[in-house]
Amino acid sequence: MASSLPVARPALGPAFRHWRAFDCGFRLVTLTATVAVLVLLVGIMIALIKGAAPAFAAFGPHFLVDSSWNPVIEKFGALAPIYGTAVTSFIAMLIAAPLGLGIAMFLTEICPTRLRRPISIAIELLAGIPSIIYGMWGLFVLAPVLQNTVQPVLIGLFARVPGLSALLAGPPYGIGVLTAGLILAIMVLPLITSVACDVFATAPAVLKEAAYGVGATTWEVFRHVVLPYARVGVIGAMMLATGRALGETMAVTFVVGNAHRISGSLLAPGTTISATIANEFTEAVGERYGAALMALALILFAITFVVLAAARLLLLHAGQQTGQRP
Amino acid sequence: MKRYRARRRRNAVAVSVCAGATLLGLGWVILILLALLREGRSGMSLAVFTEMTPPPGAAGGLLNAIVGSLMMTALAVALGTPLGIAAATYLAEYGRHGRLRHVVRFFNDILLSAPSIVIGLFIYEILVAPLGHFSGYAGACALALIVVPVVVRTTEDMLLLVPDPLREAAAALGLPRAAVITRIAYRAAGTGMLTGVLLAIARISGETAPLLFTALNNQFISVDMGSPMASLPAVIFQFALSPYKEWQALAWTGALIITLAVLALNVTTRTIASARSRK
Repeated sequence: MASSLPVARPALGPAFRHWRAFDCGFRLVTLTATVAVLVLLVGIMIALIKGAAPAFAAFGPHFLVDSSWNPVIEKFGALAPIYGTAVTSFIAMLIAAPLGLGIAMFLTEICPTRLRRPISIAIELLAGIPSIIYGMWGLFVLAPVLQNTVQPVLIGLFARVPGLSALLAGPPYGIGVLTAGLILAIMVLPLITSVACDVFATAPAVLKEAAYGVGATTWEVFRHVVLPYARVGVIGAMMLATGRALGETMAVTFVVGNAHRISGSLLAPGTTISATIANEFTEAVGERYGAALMALALILFAITFVVLAAARLLLLHAGQQTGQRP
Repeated sequence: MKRYRARRRRNAVAVSVCAGATLLGLGWVILILLALLREGRSGMSLAVFTEMTPPPGAAGGLLNAIVGSLMMTALAVALGTPLGIAAATYLAEYGRHGRLRHVVRFFNDILLSAPSIVIGLFIYEILVAPLGHFSGYAGACALALIVVPVVVRTTEDMLLLVPDPLREAAAALGLPRAAVITRIAYRAAGTGMLTGVLLAIARISGETAPLLFTALNNQFISVDMGSPMASLPAVIFQFALSPYKEWQALAWTGALIITLAVLALNVTTRTIASARSRK
């Protein structure tokens, strides 16, 4: 609406006289609500900082690089959960990124138009399933399969390969860092797919048609026309998915094994920041224990904030870039 | 010719890899839904909806959890929706060209994907710890904080879809700004705003992490929101990780109920949206 133009306001009709006060009030209420959304985010940060302060006062910056976690002597360090969060998210992205891009390419470039909607709806169903369901499925369905068939094969296969043998060593527990990464991959897959579909769709049809016209194959059109065009947006989609994977709680809590240690093997149980909080917060006795968990939450919030902010900026940039071009 | 064949081959490989990825994705959906149906269906009976959660080793239902979930979800929507709609109204109507809009949109998008467990801890810090006890109100507040960004985002998008000439015509008739918004823009964007609220309900009905430290859990039925309250996700969490067979079976049934509810909400949202676009 051209509200900034210097037009004389028409006189209010008699039926709307009483709206004058409401008009002012309505604007004020909506403005307040808008500011409240901002205050919410700042409030979350302040509350976390306040809650975490005793832990940082007691352990200092050493908290970030200490891997001990001993509630009995009240000595806490965040390294093991941070390591677990990073590794599980990394595994998830390693699996979900190529899969998601593949599905997005299939949906935008290859798939017959009639199948496009049903398939994308089915993939989006994955996003609708609550995370606790993924956790149960991972623990009761996926973990036994991994333990009995997949992991023994992996261990046998890589036992003689230097480097990889340490990465995939130890008894097959079924649950552990690798399982958590796998579940996270399934969970972020629909997010990557839908955002990637959106950015792929921004590639101008004229360019694609021109490429097909000079005899390029579907793959070449995708690789040399669509992908360069959508590069920034794809990176944004990846970071958005990473942000989601970093903070995911319930699914990981079920399958990660909840062991406070840093193990070289991906098959060993570990823990993540969110799983540690979910498991231990209600049982945390003593100020220092609670504060250590709050400090973990603060670290998680800070990391996801940076990742998500970067993702949004990239996607915004991608949108503007395509908006400027014809 | 040789090069041409190599290019064709590479293309065939790429296309089949993409098709394979899609099949894998679809396979996962089917596997998860099948497992839910297989494990959850056997426990589905009237008792689930009429009896309390049992002690270990006994039969029972999920009545208190279902009631708790419904009450907290309802209150969360009642708290979060007006705030979200009001904020979105400012963003789309009053402050469309202001700097505040960019800042709020940006942070709202971050809130949208922020870890829900952090929101649970935030409510614990400001509500549970000062009051000294867990409560259904705290759980509803945590869920409301998840509703807000979803509603803000969808409502703003829907209001922006309302054509400006509609607003200009209304303003030219002498309608005050607030009337233009509430009587014209809201009415034109109504179904879209409704889908936003439904999406928000779907999102919070499975949320577990923010309830763990706010509503906690309750073995018995309670309609008093001032005390700890059971919820379906929290009961599933507790029962699924227990060693008792009866509890695990109930957890699967609860999981099936939640998934069916969420899927039903998603289908409803889609039907509304597609009916709207056909109009």
